[in-house]
This record gives sequence, structure tokens and C-alpha cells, in this order.
Amino acid sequence: MSAEFTWEQRDLHLRGHWTLEAIASLEAQLAPQPAAARVHGAALASIDSAGALLLLTRFCGDTTERIGFSPAAEKLIELIVARRATKVAKLPRAHGLLGMLERAGIAMVRAKNEALALLGFTGLVLERAVQVALGRRRLRLTATVFHMERAGLDAVPIVCLLSFLVGAVVAFLGATVLADFGAAVLTVELVTYSFLREFGVLLTAILLAGRSGSAFTAEIGMMRAREEIDAIRALGLDPIELLVLPRTLALIVMLPLVAFLAVLAGILGGALVGSLSLGISPGLFLARLQEAAELRHFFVGMIKAPIFALLIALTACRQGLSVSGSAEAVGRHTTASVVQAIFLVILFDALFAILFREIGW
Amino acid sequence: MTAPVIEVRELTNRFGAQIVHERLDLTINSGEVLGLVGGSGAGKSVLVRTILGLREPSAGQVLWFGRDRAQMRDEERQRVERRLGVMFQDGALFSSLTVLENVLVPLKEYTRLREGFMIELARLKLALVGLPPDAADKYPEHLSGGMRKRAGIARALALDPDVLFLDEPTSGLDPIGATGFDQLIRTLASALGLTVILVTHDLDSVFAVCDRVAVIADRHIVVADAPARVAHHPHPWIQECFGGPRAARLPGFAPS
Repeated sequence: MSAEFTWEQRDLHLRGHWTLEAIASLEAQLAPQPAAARVHGAALASIDSAGALLLLTRFCGDTTERIGFSPAAEKLIELIVARRATKVAKLPRAHGLLGMLERAGIAMVRAKNEALALLGFTGLVLERAVQVALGRRRLRLTATVFHMERAGLDAVPIVCLLSFLVGAVVAFLGATVLADFGAAVLTVELVTYSFLREFGVLLTAILLAGRSGSAFTAEIGMMRAREEIDAIRALGLDPIELLVLPRTLALIVMLPLVAFLAVLAGILGGALVGSLSLGISPGLFLARLQEAAELRHFFVGMIKAPIFALLIALTACRQGLSVSGSAEAVGRHTTASVVQAIFLVILFDALFAILFREIGW
Repeated sequence: MTAPVIEVRELTNRFGAQIVHERLDLTINSGEVLGLVGGSGAGKSVLVRTILGLREPSAGQVLWFGRDRAQMRDEERQRVERRLGVMFQDGALFSSLTVLENVLVPLKEYTRLREGFMIELARLKLALVGLPPDAADKYPEHLSGGMRKRAGIARALALDPDVLFLDEPTSGLDPIGATGFDQLIRTLASALGLTVILVTHDLDSVFAVCDRVAVIADRHIVVADAPARVAHHPHPWIQECFGGPRAARLPGFAPS
């Protein structure tokens, strides 16, 4: 099958199949053609919209006289002529360096707006929380307890397991490095410090951001996509009070508790490795632990927990509420929620590290 | 009348113990607009999916252009698949691509045209289905339901197929939009020489665009004939459907 044409002075004669499959080779090497005065289509075997478009754009105009086309072909060409009449105003699109700069600028502005929006949302939620505390709004206790179970209690096994494993890994790491200095026994301090101060709460926060934060975003986002949030508003209720506060409160209560368990699991993992392969007996481990684990280390870790919980819950709920329209938007905002929450958690962890160092804790 | 485009012979579809189709026969002729109607859960979508090869039948044959689909080799099957275009219920546009890019997907996959001509062709398809030029660079989520359906048709038409499957093209549209859609289907079918299979609930559409209607009930095709004749078929479901108050106001049909 091929598409062919011949010129007789200014008369264009078409032959063969002017179809999508057949015109590809013709179109690829077509030199600029003179404008035809008349087009003869009597010898055409078939023509489809791609062939017709090629004819109309490369050989003749919309109004060129057409002779001998079959009624079906004539109908097709007429429809294309009619529909193509609505001309396309091409949008200028920046390419190359300029486009990259433009996108970078857009991303910067968007990041700024995101930060501002999160701050604004935090203020809004805090205002509602104060109103609840003053008794002007109701605390949704059932919902809060429900989310405490789902976001907190249900996460305990996975958080504990991972902390246990990380504890074991840290112990191995410590033993490898410290044994060179003949100080393998300091592994106890290493595991204890790192879990009390950092890893317990950080691991918990990261896991809950991925597990519960994403769930918050997806739940609220789906409600938003299906106009349930609008329905809540139309009923005169407040989505912040109904959806955001219970989740935030639940996470603020549960994250420290789960983090505490994570600390225990991590130290247990370290102790197990210590006794099984480093020759630090459980009794020795406990004795050193008691010396090393000052109360302030515990507080350094635990003070961060509710703050991380607040960051995760607020990010997740705000992303959920800013979903618009489609299911795809739910997915996008869920990703954004997890990424933002983990970013904020680690950022604040770093800030806390500086703070505690300055005040000598 | 020329050879049938698609033939379904003795088709049986089973989901576990539940039988959806039993020894179902259906012939779709070249150039016709066939309406496929039936109650919810009667198996319209399953039938279309089986015809398209998205689902293997439990028993029976599906013939594409006179050849048994199951007997085709992969290469031949792919070539024939390009002659079938499908618009899914909500357009099923790829949400990460703009409307224009959606139409370009099959063109880029299957043809060796130059980029510039491909874009021109894609824009033509969008114009053919009645989308305004500025819709081309929008993402599907920014379009209304009706526009998404139109864009879905544009993508289905990208390779100039011979057969076009439309799944519930007018569902969720207002009456004016639905009427516009009916006209669009008629225009496209006649100008592009398409065979159209229209899965629908909308009796207005059936009478406005279909040459023939196939009614699916009791696990097989009860009748396939001109709309006005089907309406007088004695099958209880047809009587309830076509004899109901929603049908009474339709032109060309007065309930007996």
C-alpha cells in the first residue's frame, strides 16, 4: 500500500491509499509542493483523515476545486475543512534555558506559598483548639479515640519491630568501630543515647508520617474529591473541628507513647546483640544503662514527640483539604504530604539538636 | 450489505458459578451504528470487553473482520487492534498528559510521521470531536465530563480506526450536551465511514443515532433490529424499558 500523486501542470492527480499507514513514508520526505489549481481523486483507493489533512495542508487549500472524489471521501474532506476553520492560536512556550529558569521561579514561588499556607493552617487549627478548650466548640471524643487506635495503637508492632532492628544495627556498628579502641562496652552508651535522644522519636515520626499521615491525606482528600467536605460545610459544620482536630489530637497523644515503646524496643535490640555477640551480659548492659540513661536524655527525646506529631498531622490534613477534583490529585497530595512531613520532621530534629547543644543538654 | 466487521459466536462468559452470557450470538455489520442496551448488570460491559479482547471468553468465538481472534498471532492481532478504537466511560484519559499528548500517544507509538504533522493531525482530531483549540494544552482534570468524553473519542480516533466502541457516551451529560453528542456520533460515523458500537442506557440516543439496537437480557441477545421494531418486541424487559414513561415522548415510537 502506498500513497502516490502526479502533477499535470497545475492539476494534481491522487492515486493509491491516502491512509495513515501509507502516508508516513510520503510525508517524511515530501518536498514543498506548488499550490494545486484542481485536485483529481477519481483514482483514489481510499483516504482517511490523516491523508485528507496531508492533502489540505501540503498540496491545496480548503477551497481548491476537487474533482472525481467519491461521496464518502468528499464528506470526509468537507467535515475536516469545516472543523479546521476554527484556527489555533499557538501559545508561546518557553524552551531551553529560559524555560528552566521559569520553572525554577514557579517552584520557588510555590514553595513560599506552601510554607505560608501551612503557617496559616496551623493558626486556624490552633484557634479552633483554643475554642474547644474554652468550651465554645465540642471536642469529638469518639473520633479522637478512633484515630488514636488506628494511627497510634495499630502502628505499634511495625514501629517496635523496626526500632528493634535499628537498635541491633546500631549496636553492631558501635561494636565494629569501638572495638578498635578496646571500648566495645561503650556500645551500651551508644545505643542508649542514640535511642533516647534521637532514633526512638525520629523513627516513630517518620513511620507515622508514612503510615498515618498518608492515610489522613487520602481520607480527607477523597472526601474533598467527592464533595463530602462541601456537604459538611453546607450542613453548618466545621471540617477543622470535625476532621482535623481529632486527628491532630490523636497523633499528639499517641506519637510520644509509641515513641517510648520504640525507645524500649531499640535498646532491647542493642542489648540482644550485646549479649549474643559482643559478650556484654544483660546484667552488665542494665547496670551501664542505669548509669548512662540520665533523665534529661529521655526528655530531650520526648519533648520533640508532640511537636513532630503536630507537624505530621497538620501537613497531612492540609494536603488532604487542598485536594481538588480527581483521584489523581489525591495521589499527588498524598505523596506531597508524606514528603513534606518527613522533611519538616527532620528539619525540626536538626533545629532541636542545635538548640539542645546550645543549652548544654 | 458488506461482510460483518465483528461476529460473536456462541459466546459464554462465567464468573465462578455466575453465568453472564450463555451461547450469545451477535453480528456487527460494516458501517452501521449499533446500540447495545440492557439492564444494569446484564453484561453489556463484559460483552464489549470480551469483543475487544480485554477479557478471555469462557467459551465461544470472537471474529474480527472474519478472522477468529483467538487464532491470530500477536503481530496480526496488534494490527487489527489498531483498527478498533475505544472510548471508555469517563474518557479514561491519561491524567498525567495534556489532552493533545493523550491523542499523540497512539500516533507516536504506531506511526513514523514527523512530529509537526503528528501534532497537526492530533489537533485535527480534537477539532473533529468539537473541542475548542484551547482545550488541547489542558490536563484532563481541568475539563468537564463532556469534554473528557470528547477527548476520549479523539484519542480513540487517532489511528483512523474502522470500528469505534463507545461506552455510555451520554451518561452524566445534560440533555443539550447529550443531544450534541448524538449529533457528533452521527457526523463522525458517516464522514469517517465508522462502524460504531454504542453501549448506552439513553433511549434518546438509541433513537437518534442507532441503525440497529441489540438488546441483551437473560444472558443472550434477545433481539437485534431497527429501534422502532425492537420497541414492539414482547420480551418483558424490553416492554418495561421501551414502554415506560421515559420512552413515551420519543419520536418515531408510540407505545402500543
